[in-house]
Amino acid sequence: MGIATEKLNVDRRDGRLVMAHFYVAFIALAVGGLAGLLQVLVRSGKFELPLGIGYYQVLTVHGVVLGLVLTTFFIMGFQIAAVSRTSGTLTNKQRVIGWIGFWLMTAGTIMAAVMILLNEATVLYTFYAPLQAHAIYYLGLTFVVVGSWFDGAAIILAYSKWRKAHPGTPSPLLTFMAVVNTLMWIVATIGVATTVLFQLLPWSLGLVDRVDVLLSRTLFWYFGHPLVYFWLLPAYMCWYAIIPKIIGGKIFSDSLARLSFILFLLFSIPVGFHHQLTEPGIDPAWKFLQVVLTFLVIIPSLMTAFSLFATFESFGRSRGARGLFGWVRELPWGDARFSVPFIGMLSFIPAGAGGIINASHQMNQVVHNTIWVTGHFHLTLATAVILTFFGISYWLVPHLTGRKLTKAMNKLAIIQGVLWAIGMTFMSGAMHAAGLLGAPRRSSFSEYGGAPQAAEWIPYQIAQAVGGSILFLAIILMLYIFINLAFFAPKGEQDFPVGEVADEAEKAPMVFENWKLWLGITVVLILFAYTIPLIDMIENAPIGSKGYKLW
Amino acid sequence: MHMHKFEKIWLIFGVGALLVFLSVLGVSAFYLGNQPPSCLATIDQEKVDTLPPFNEPGLKKVEGKDWDYELIFVAAAFAYTPGEVEVPLGAKVKVIATTKDVIHGFQVAGTNINMMLEPGYISEYVTTFDKAGEYLILCNEYCGMGHHMMTSKIEVVE
Amino acid sequence: MAQPQLHKKTNSKLEETNSLKGTLASVILLGFFIIFTWVGVYFLFLDRF
Repeated sequence: MGIATEKLNVDRRDGRLVMAHFYVAFIALAVGGLAGLLQVLVRSGKFELPLGIGYYQVLTVHGVVLGLVLTTFFIMGFQIAAVSRTSGTLTNKQRVIGWIGFWLMTAGTIMAAVMILLNEATVLYTFYAPLQAHAIYYLGLTFVVVGSWFDGAAIILAYSKWRKAHPGTPSPLLTFMAVVNTLMWIVATIGVATTVLFQLLPWSLGLVDRVDVLLSRTLFWYFGHPLVYFWLLPAYMCWYAIIPKIIGGKIFSDSLARLSFILFLLFSIPVGFHHQLTEPGIDPAWKFLQVVLTFLVIIPSLMTAFSLFATFESFGRSRGARGLFGWVRELPWGDARFSVPFIGMLSFIPAGAGGIINASHQMNQVVHNTIWVTGHFHLTLATAVILTFFGISYWLVPHLTGRKLTKAMNKLAIIQGVLWAIGMTFMSGAMHAAGLLGAPRRSSFSEYGGAPQAAEWIPYQIAQAVGGSILFLAIILMLYIFINLAFFAPKGEQDFPVGEVADEAEKAPMVFENWKLWLGITVVLILFAYTIPLIDMIENAPIGSKGYKLW
Repeated sequence: MHMHKFEKIWLIFGVGALLVFLSVLGVSAFYLGNQPPSCLATIDQEKVDTLPPFNEPGLKKVEGKDWDYELIFVAAAFAYTPGEVEVPLGAKVKVIATTKDVIHGFQVAGTNINMMLEPGYISEYVTTFDKAGEYLILCNEYCGMGHHMMTSKIEVVE
Repeated sequence: MAQPQLHKKTNSKLEETNSLKGTLASVILLGFFIIFTWVGVYFLFLDRF
């Protein structure tokens, strides 16, 4: 991996760019977390929002700032740091491009936020037409996406520079992974950019009267599923390439890690129909085809599970652990940089199992748009991914600010992770259960005209409020830790851990960096999965919808 | 590229399980007809009230079809028509629904009747109401301020 | 996998250090969990109308 040539610290100038991203991300955590608390309280039926604030306005805030803002800012910041650490300091030009990206994303966030606060955009973060938000909301989200492209360009340029300087050598694993995720993000966001720029924006400005609802949704979900992999892959970067170093072990296999990332690039995009399984305008055979493709994207996660267990077991056995599970005891449970992301890994087991159920064609009718789905992505995004991001922050923030994670903060971080696990077990568990009984997602408290079925859901809604309140406490702790690490922790050197491979002799095949090949296959798969259904949709389209503002 | 023997075993096991899942789903969908709702028919959403079958919402007995009844629902912000309906136990029913305005999520709680209603499209699902009881119909796709107030009711009676 | 050529195969203790049997057991348990939950919801689907 050319470890000797790597620079061991992220340059301070790159560090400032990364920290700028993290400030926005953690402000988003504070705002979105508060919104989440309000939602679970309202839905318990015991609390009403003051000052005429609407439940759905709060829900829009929650989804936009956590699902889009927190994630995009944190991921881009982390990826820039990873590239700077493993492929060398960014050039001035690359860094300027990164700053342009940051400011575009920030401007977009402010535009969208103002429109949500003015109650001009209570359309949730999925903004399904024909509910029509203010044009500035769509424009703001466009800025966030375009800004992320600039950040992505900085990452790709830094990679190209490294690539040219090191012919015939596989790129550093973390850089390779950041590049894969960035390429996937760029290909995926073309879909949402298309519907926003060519459908929703002209329609909200009054330039056109009607919008093709199904086409817009399809373009959204072309983006929407790779979006969840865009969230997940940075967590996988940490699990594959950073956690082994933290525990003192080795990366199980560099090549297999790269293979799994390439599989994610290929199969996470042509699968959007599994979010549209119960929609009237799509042929079921095409739905099933995308279900099959969705099942293919499970395989790299199966590989990941094996690699992680193998990393842990190899480490434990190297320390003399015996028996089938003796190695579990050898893991550094007292180190928050490991134990908090580990809680995230564990949560990915039920999360993944639930995801397979969601994607299972006709079985989707059991759970579609019930609160089971909310429970599902609070295990994936809001536990597996976010606890890993927190785990990264514990060392990356002090690394960038020239401070140290103290023992006291480490302890607090573990408490935070455990609180999160407890809160989420209540909240997500209750959501899964209530969802199977039929309780809908994205709905304010309702007794549904005294229906006996709705009455059965109320105890679960109270459990969600209990879990959500515990989660809010964990968020406050996390914000405290972040502020400490950014501004108050003692000065010092905090290591940026980068894993080393177990078998140095085995070089990753260079074919993994044949981007023409992988992007080519990606495009072919997308065309295969989407061309005919899209032609069908456009040819058989109904008259289109006028805009509605029903909030 | 080297792969550990145990990883091969795991991948064969895992991929095998996924293939079994897909086969079960595929046979159920394509041979037994348990497809997710995908009607593929369109309608002018602004004229729903005047067009059959939506000009007469409710339960209708039909002859000479694979199902005994058609149950017609019209959704609009924030109500379903009809607001309450009785279905005889054991009846094979085609539920047909559409929306007059935005997207709604037509869900009969505790059943597999769960389909998106999108402006301009008709949604259908055929099923046999084989369990008596009162079933809540709700909207499971955000449609505006009154989204959680949208309800209707199906009573499956002997 | 760690480099097996560094260890003498006759040494059972070193053999133990290379074993991934706990990993195999863990992923197989994970696999059964996935199958169990999937089958559970599939039966719910079959049971409901």
